[in-house]
Amino acid sequence: MMDFGFSISPSSTLNLDKVDLTLYDRLCDIEPDAKKCMACGSCTATCTSGPWTGMSVRRVILGIQRGKEKEAAGMLKGCMLCGKCTMVCPRGINTRHLILSLCRIYEEEGK
Amino acid sequence: MKDNIVIIGGGIAGMEAAHQLLLLGYKPILVEKSDHLGGHVADWHKLFPDMSPAKDAVRDLAEKIKEANIFLETEVSFINRLKNGYNVMFTNGVNVICKAILLATGFELFEASKKEEYGYGIYNQVMTNSDLERWFNTRKDKRLDGKDIRKVGFVHCVGSRDIKAGNPQCSKVCCITAIKQAMEVKEFFPDAEVYCFYMDLRLFGKKYEDFYIKAQMESGVHFIRGRVSEVSENINGQVIVKTEDTLSGKPAKITLDLLVLMSGIVCNQQAVKTASMVQVQTDSDGFLKSKDNILNIIETGSKGVFLAGTATGPKTVPETVAEARAAALAIHNYLVSLQ
Amino acid sequence: MIYKGKQKIWSDYQKDIPDDHWFYVRSCIRQSFFPASEKYFLKICRDLLGKDVYETEHHTTCGGIAYHSDTIPQETAMTIVARQFALMKEAGYKNLVTSCITSFGNYTEIIETWREFPELEAKIRENLWKACRREFDIPEYVAHASDLIFKFRDEIGSMAKYHLVDGITGEPLRVVEHIGCHYSKMFPHKGFGGAEYPCVLSGMIDSWGGQVIDYPERRHCCGFGFRQYLVKANRGYSVSNTHKKFESMEPYHPDMIITNCPGCPYFLDRWQYVISEMEGKTYGQNGYGIPVFTYEEVAGLVLGFDPWDLGLQIHQVAVEPLLEKIGIPYNPKTKYLGLDGKEIMKPGLPTVLKCC
Repeated sequence: MMDFGFSISPSSTLNLDKVDLTLYDRLCDIEPDAKKCMACGSCTATCTSGPWTGMSVRRVILGIQRGKEKEAAGMLKGCMLCGKCTMVCPRGINTRHLILSLCRIYEEEGK
Repeated sequence: MKDNIVIIGGGIAGMEAAHQLLLLGYKPILVEKSDHLGGHVADWHKLFPDMSPAKDAVRDLAEKIKEANIFLETEVSFINRLKNGYNVMFTNGVNVICKAILLATGFELFEASKKEEYGYGIYNQVMTNSDLERWFNTRKDKRLDGKDIRKVGFVHCVGSRDIKAGNPQCSKVCCITAIKQAMEVKEFFPDAEVYCFYMDLRLFGKKYEDFYIKAQMESGVHFIRGRVSEVSENINGQVIVKTEDTLSGKPAKITLDLLVLMSGIVCNQQAVKTASMVQVQTDSDGFLKSKDNILNIIETGSKGVFLAGTATGPKTVPETVAEARAAALAIHNYLVSLQ
Repeated sequence: MIYKGKQKIWSDYQKDIPDDHWFYVRSCIRQSFFPASEKYFLKICRDLLGKDVYETEHHTTCGGIAYHSDTIPQETAMTIVARQFALMKEAGYKNLVTSCITSFGNYTEIIETWREFPELEAKIRENLWKACRREFDIPEYVAHASDLIFKFRDEIGSMAKYHLVDGITGEPLRVVEHIGCHYSKMFPHKGFGGAEYPCVLSGMIDSWGGQVIDYPERRHCCGFGFRQYLVKANRGYSVSNTHKKFESMEPYHPDMIITNCPGCPYFLDRWQYVISEMEGKTYGQNGYGIPVFTYEEVAGLVLGFDPWDLGLQIHQVAVEPLLEKIGIPYNPKTKYLGLDGKEIMKPGLPTVLKCC
């Protein structure tokens, strides 16, 4: 093949038709309040490890909803389980339970 | 002999004002250009937040105003200012001399075909919120009948908050209507995935936030923050919607079986003409101008002319009814002050 | 698809184009990419339709490429355009017709800018006087050459020897139309049909018997943005855009693509070769690719001119399968014989894309 000096760039468009929601559905079976998240960002703002590890419960939930499971798993590693996010969540989501449930699902699936 | 009061507009504002005026002993004249009372509410299915049937609300109001002088399929052809009142001429030939006029002329829905990029009237599976509400009532629409509806999308802010559409204002009630309709669609098509494409969710009213939570928890509605930029059709007749998922910062696209456009509320253009006959202007947002926007919304700059309902701006049903009652009392007090 | 809805929108975006007496300005690159297009535009307008289309040998580029690549400031581009207008005034014409779509966009944008900022117009008048002692008038009307062919499409259709139909079955050909971005995306009211559903090419296709395909990425740019392809490292963006369009139109199995811009047919044509080398995928039937034409070439084909006189041998994607489908006769032996029957060299053949 000829070397043109450039190649077809991959598209960054999220194709919502092709998103696999099995992980999200499993999470919602264990922690139904995950559906309540309104992406307000209080959890991210208060996160103890957030500024240094990029951990954000909002982005974890969004990542699971968009099929970006590896990214979400990477962020979860930074969580210190301090519980500040649970304290501030205005929708009353038990975020600590959500994080631990998600970690357990990842372990069970070998991710 | 009580003075004549003319109420222009037979929607719920006009009907509630007529009801209150009847209780106060007057016999108001209610004129409505269509062939039925109830205005837009008469075409709707269920009213938020209680989800009570709209038909019942209109029917109850109509019962209460049986004693009033109701002219259907009639319009105002001319209004003359007299020394102590107004001479109103109707298209049915009747002439009335009255001391007070209530403009309850209501609103118009934004014409969704003006937003060409959404393809309303061009692509088969695109409909508006009023088309969907009509389907809830009649269950007859070729976009839904006999179709396998698996994915539905709701586009918020069509013709609202949009300077290119000529309407930079928020139409207030479309967000809660979108959520209500999303939940109702999910009841009719339980296996469907429903998506709401919003810029902001304006859920200001009583129990509206509960609706949001219920939509997320029970109906599983997906909320995607991002405005829809263009709609196109694929070879199967499904619509492809392009938007940005602003929360993840990436453009997104999705294929849907049905797209519902939440058309906004704009001022009734015929009303503007009628209002100008009594020197009531339009405000900067296109709606009729009140004396001020805080304590005197139902009064106008013209003596004896009052406003109620969505003629001054988008409103919910309880707000419209409250204004109608206030207007009726204000008219009564005004007429008493003249004696 | 509700066709009446589109017709309603088209009726909102109509243009009243003058009938005759046009001043023609050529494109910088079209004569290399599509050699006979401009010649046949003039031939159709002058000989077949009897119109007065004048061009002067003194006219230059409009500066659009340089302006859009950020190599000259806007005022320089405006002064170049002002000189074009001065030449037009000297020749005694009031209507400008451009060959290139970027030119069309450039002229329209400059005239609109002068309308809103008259002090800028005064400055450019001064610039032009200082530079070459010329004075100009703003043209009464600026149109694109495809607008004129659109206006006379029915006349051309009535003189046509062939139509855009399958010669054997009589079924209309499936035609994809691609409008250059600068035609109506900048000023929707300056284009027939507006920005969302332009009808300048679909009108021609309908008059000449074809069937227009509306596919999801119809509005998408082909990727010929000057900044995108002038620098080699950025050409990946260009080819990705074209790739997106082809992936989107593939399920509809189009027979041909018609465009009205210099760059678009060039890219839609040549990138099919690049994509075939990179991914091993071709989009037409039997591995040939989808032939891409300019509207003048299509007008010439339906009027019965010889395909090789129309410059179709320069195209990357083979046009022979389509010519055979319509039933237009062609002589394969004279393909690479230029004017006066001189042998012009044969190109090398690609490895994946089938060419004749």
